[in-house]
Amino acid sequence: MTQLALVIDLNVCVGCHACVTSCKEWNTSGPAGAMSDDNPYDKDPTGTFFNRVQTYEIGTFPKTETLHFPKSCLHCEDAPCVPVCPTGASYKREADGIVLVDYDKCIGCKYCSWACPYGAREFDEHQKVMKKCTLCVDRIYDESLPENERKPACVLSCPTSARLFGDVHDSESEVSVAIRENAGYQLMPEWGTNPSNHYLPRRKTKLHYHEDELQRADNPLNKEHSVAPVDAPTLDDSTSW
Amino acid sequence: MHPAFSVVFLTTLIGTGQGLFLALFSAQAYTELNLLPSMSDTNFFGMGSAIALAFLVSGLIASVFHLGHPERAWRAASQWRTSWLSREVIALPFMMAMIFVYGVMHLFGLDGVIYSDASGNHFSYSLIVAGSLAMIASFILFICTGMIYTCIKFLQEWATPLTVINYALFGTASGFTAAAAFSAFYNAPEITKFFTVWAIILTVVVLFTRAATLYRNSRIKHKSSMKTAIGVRHNKIEQKAMGMQGGSYNTREYFHGKTATFLKSVKYIFLVLVFPVPVLFLVSGLGSADAGLLITAFVVQFAGLIVERWFFFAQANHPQNLYYQTV
Repeated sequence: MTQLALVIDLNVCVGCHACVTSCKEWNTSGPAGAMSDDNPYDKDPTGTFFNRVQTYEIGTFPKTETLHFPKSCLHCEDAPCVPVCPTGASYKREADGIVLVDYDKCIGCKYCSWACPYGAREFDEHQKVMKKCTLCVDRIYDESLPENERKPACVLSCPTSARLFGDVHDSESEVSVAIRENAGYQLMPEWGTNPSNHYLPRRKTKLHYHEDELQRADNPLNKEHSVAPVDAPTLDDSTSW
Repeated sequence: MHPAFSVVFLTTLIGTGQGLFLALFSAQAYTELNLLPSMSDTNFFGMGSAIALAFLVSGLIASVFHLGHPERAWRAASQWRTSWLSREVIALPFMMAMIFVYGVMHLFGLDGVIYSDASGNHFSYSLIVAGSLAMIASFILFICTGMIYTCIKFLQEWATPLTVINYALFGTASGFTAAAAFSAFYNAPEITKFFTVWAIILTVVVLFTRAATLYRNSRIKHKSSMKTAIGVRHNKIEQKAMGMQGGSYNTREYFHGKTATFLKSVKYIFLVLVFPVPVLFLVSGLGSADAGLLITAFVVQFAGLIVERWFFFAQANHPQNLYYQTV
């Protein structure tokens, strides 16, 4: 079985919000209709987004670290938002594991958003339906696009390639290898939702030196400090050249 | 969570409607088993059902304001296999239809005796057929309503069987108070005492279960933290930006936006309005069956229940709030 998902490398993300804007651009122009905004160029702008980039500070100054954290629907394998939907508008696709909302069936009761611990769903105040990340389902299967562009808009736009896209059930896929080899983890594992999207942690490149490596016993530079014994024969004394 | 007034009114109104019907049903069962003097006026149960239906219809109207697309609400009956909300959507109209049939049987004299014995105990069609079905549907509806909240395991303030118990007991307590007020107003003193006594008992019982819930929730240990939310093992993680300036659905739907002091005062307001004040009025109305006292008891308790429901929603702490702490 296929389970499409994103793997987000927090070691690489610079928090530029390119994934946020490209997501909004692609999905607001899609056949499902606009993702509505209020006061976009005014005081208190607000609107519907599928993806947000947040920033956290870890630790206390001066030992602090900044973490940029993109958050969208995690396409959980045991998605708690799906069984609670009274109309069946919220569903998980058998074929590729993408969690979607059928905007024509949604009654806008908001119960699914209560049942998502990650706050991944956003209610569209104008269309009055619940919206969420579709993994660009209208793009990844579009055969009119060149094959290397059949990826979610956020993945294509990321300038640092912090976002990987693929099948997390295929052990040899790029995403599975990345999760396996770089300690990929899931968010809020305590609720048993089994999110498909994974995050790769910050990884520090550190060199470890042993004292011996800094003070080489056979370092020729050290020879300059050693003084020859005064009464010992010199080279001239002992050779006949 | 941000309490939505549509849901606050839906749950309180249908709870009272269900409770009022259950009160009428038990009164009729008691009279037919000769545990209560039989009613001189046969319209009493019919009129009572009409009032119960009025509460239920008002609740249904309130619920429409919660929906983005109420015209598609019929679809909500389809997922009863998995969704408690869907089950509620089926149980509520079924119960209303049965209460309607029950009321019509009484009002239009369509009732008859199905069984009677030598000592005068008897059962009528309205009680056994429509009444029993409505009674069962009413209990199922209490379970559905409670389970809608109980089944979301990460809303830890709700995820307890006490939620279902409280919904059922608050509904029946306010329903019996309403029945006491109605019967006193209807001038049926022989039955008013029965309703009043049960209203007092149920109100006292629900005081214990609600207090137990408040105690449980005051000691709750939330399983999610910043560590699990972003997966970084550090005790000090502070949000610097939530990714937007003007707020979003995430900042509006899951925060009540009131101070801790306000929340605390609301708790004491509902504790006073739902329990001691109505019990005082019910006890003083017990002897005289004075309609004024009993109607006041109901009005105060119902107002208190609206405050209680607001508090129920506001107190629930959604784990998504961890992601939305600083603009």
